[in-house]
Amino acid sequence: MIQVNRPASGLMLGALRAAFAAALVVLAAAPFTFRATDVVLLTEFMSMLVLAIMWNLLAGYADIVTVGQHAFVGVGAYAFFGFAALWNVDPYLSIPLAGAVALAVAVPAMALVFRLRTAYLAIGTWVIAEVLMLAASKLDTFGGGSGTSLPIAIVLSFGRSRTDRLAAIYWLAFALAALALAVTYFLLRSRIGIGLTAMRDNEEGAAAIGVDITFSRILCFLGTAPFLGMAGAIITLQKLRIAPSASFSITDWTVFVIFNVVIGGVGSFEGPIIGTIVYFVLRQYLGELGTWNLILLGSFSIAIILIERRGLWGLCRRFLPDDLVPIGHKMRPQ
Amino acid sequence: MAGVWVNQLLQGILLGGLYTLFATGLSLSAGVMRFVNIAHGDFIVLGCFVLLVLTTAAGLNPVVATLAILPLAFAAGFALQRFLLQRVVGENVLLVILVTFGLSIIIENGLLQGFGADPEKVSGGWIETATIGLGHDINVGLFQLMTFATAVALVAVLDLLLYRSGIGAKIRAVADDVAAADLIGLSSARIYAVAMGISFVTIGIAAGFMSIWTDFDPASGPTRLLIAFEVVVLGGLGSMWGSLVGGIVLGVAQSVGAQFDIAWQMLAGHIVFLGVLAVRPQGLSPKY
Repeated sequence: MIQVNRPASGLMLGALRAAFAAALVVLAAAPFTFRATDVVLLTEFMSMLVLAIMWNLLAGYADIVTVGQHAFVGVGAYAFFGFAALWNVDPYLSIPLAGAVALAVAVPAMALVFRLRTAYLAIGTWVIAEVLMLAASKLDTFGGGSGTSLPIAIVLSFGRSRTDRLAAIYWLAFALAALALAVTYFLLRSRIGIGLTAMRDNEEGAAAIGVDITFSRILCFLGTAPFLGMAGAIITLQKLRIAPSASFSITDWTVFVIFNVVIGGVGSFEGPIIGTIVYFVLRQYLGELGTWNLILLGSFSIAIILIERRGLWGLCRRFLPDDLVPIGHKMRPQ
Repeated sequence: MAGVWVNQLLQGILLGGLYTLFATGLSLSAGVMRFVNIAHGDFIVLGCFVLLVLTTAAGLNPVVATLAILPLAFAAGFALQRFLLQRVVGENVLLVILVTFGLSIIIENGLLQGFGADPEKVSGGWIETATIGLGHDINVGLFQLMTFATAVALVAVLDLLLYRSGIGAKIRAVADDVAAADLIGLSSARIYAVAMGISFVTIGIAAGFMSIWTDFDPASGPTRLLIAFEVVVLGGLGSMWGSLVGGIVLGVAQSVGAQFDIAWQMLAGHIVFLGVLAVRPQGLSPKY
């Protein structure tokens, strides 16, 4: 890798970092400044971002290529509905509880799929997701195969007026996305992250100096589950209903997420953010293309893998001297 | 009453034949070439749609149509491996998974765009409805029996091909160590492409039987992939006869599950798969 040291690229990176910081501030206050329809869209963006960050952590760093992360989104959605609607738990408290249930489901799931090597693990997670979706459709109190709506009282507990409600749900999604970014940042900066990055970059070299990533992989797999579960709860608050096919939607919570991360850049902190932005921009401007949308994204992501496997951020890094959010450790000049 | 269960067991074993057909190609690519083609099920469904067009628009007999697509299937698999997958094969399985995953979504939505979401079926004529009575109210379909016989024959041929033939030895050499195989003068890229071509021939055969056996629609691919995958893992990775064992176990599990409650058919299959994975991760009949 050639080090780029032109002043212009340094300035550009500075500008990008400033824009990133400014965007965070603007987004934190979004309900005050944006219209209701935009707040709805931004809430959806934050939920998708959480899913993208989690998939990237697993596939890009922990060598766990999952095609079944919609399992935990669905479990979170159903658990949230169970706590809030069926067992009268406080709706706000039900969100972390949904995360806890997703974690509880992730433990046996991990024990099973970790018996498979990486290539087969992908489909193993898919089988687990399929089983959970079929099981969910057997739960009659949750509406069986066709699902059911969230009771109006629970919806109202997030705000009496529509504006208040949209703002409250937005801030929940924003907080979860911010927490996901922060946790990923500190995890990747930690000893665990260094081990994972070393293993990703050179497996034999990392193993030779004594890096053991078994524990790190388990930690990552279990760590992503509560985030996916809480995202499922927040998604349920947006959709206002649960249903096996929608809550456990592979297209919405896994396929699009994988494409977004691949396009943005697998294995970089910035990748999921860029990919999710690109996805929402495409969706706004290309409209609801339906099947063509997926064909387009599929072709685009295959092209990305063939041309620059580190995605759009990998392309940018050819011109920028450093990452937007530096997670690597630099040697101090002697 | 016992007759019902014997019948259900028999139907399950025959269904296992179809599942073995789904799995042999995946067993070849996953167990021998060490990567998983996520688009495997979608390619089977694509084959079904090609056969649908050939039998309805071109008016071909389904058997003739299936035989006609086999050389095309080999060429398609060879080209896919040579020109696309070979560029991402390597230490990192992530890239192969992602490329085949992208292909899977493209095929599924391409078919949806072209044919719509309605279920389709290829008519097999009289073969489809002919049954053979075995006494005691137990009947087996002629077509189901033919499927099972084809599965056994295919497994036998592939096993011989892999473990008794020159090309099989080359495929296994490349699977064991690409660098060493290249070093002794084997062209690993070419051998991978041949293996993928063979895998696609099995996809063509599977499509031939599936298109007559059941309804299919553009979204049928993932279910077929999951079945094929479960069969391969149940049987033991890389073992051809294992996929017959895995296919029968899965077919019987689904068939017995369906006898309790039709809604339990798929779930029963998945649960047996996860159970075996938990207690015997190397599969029921491992090769190594």
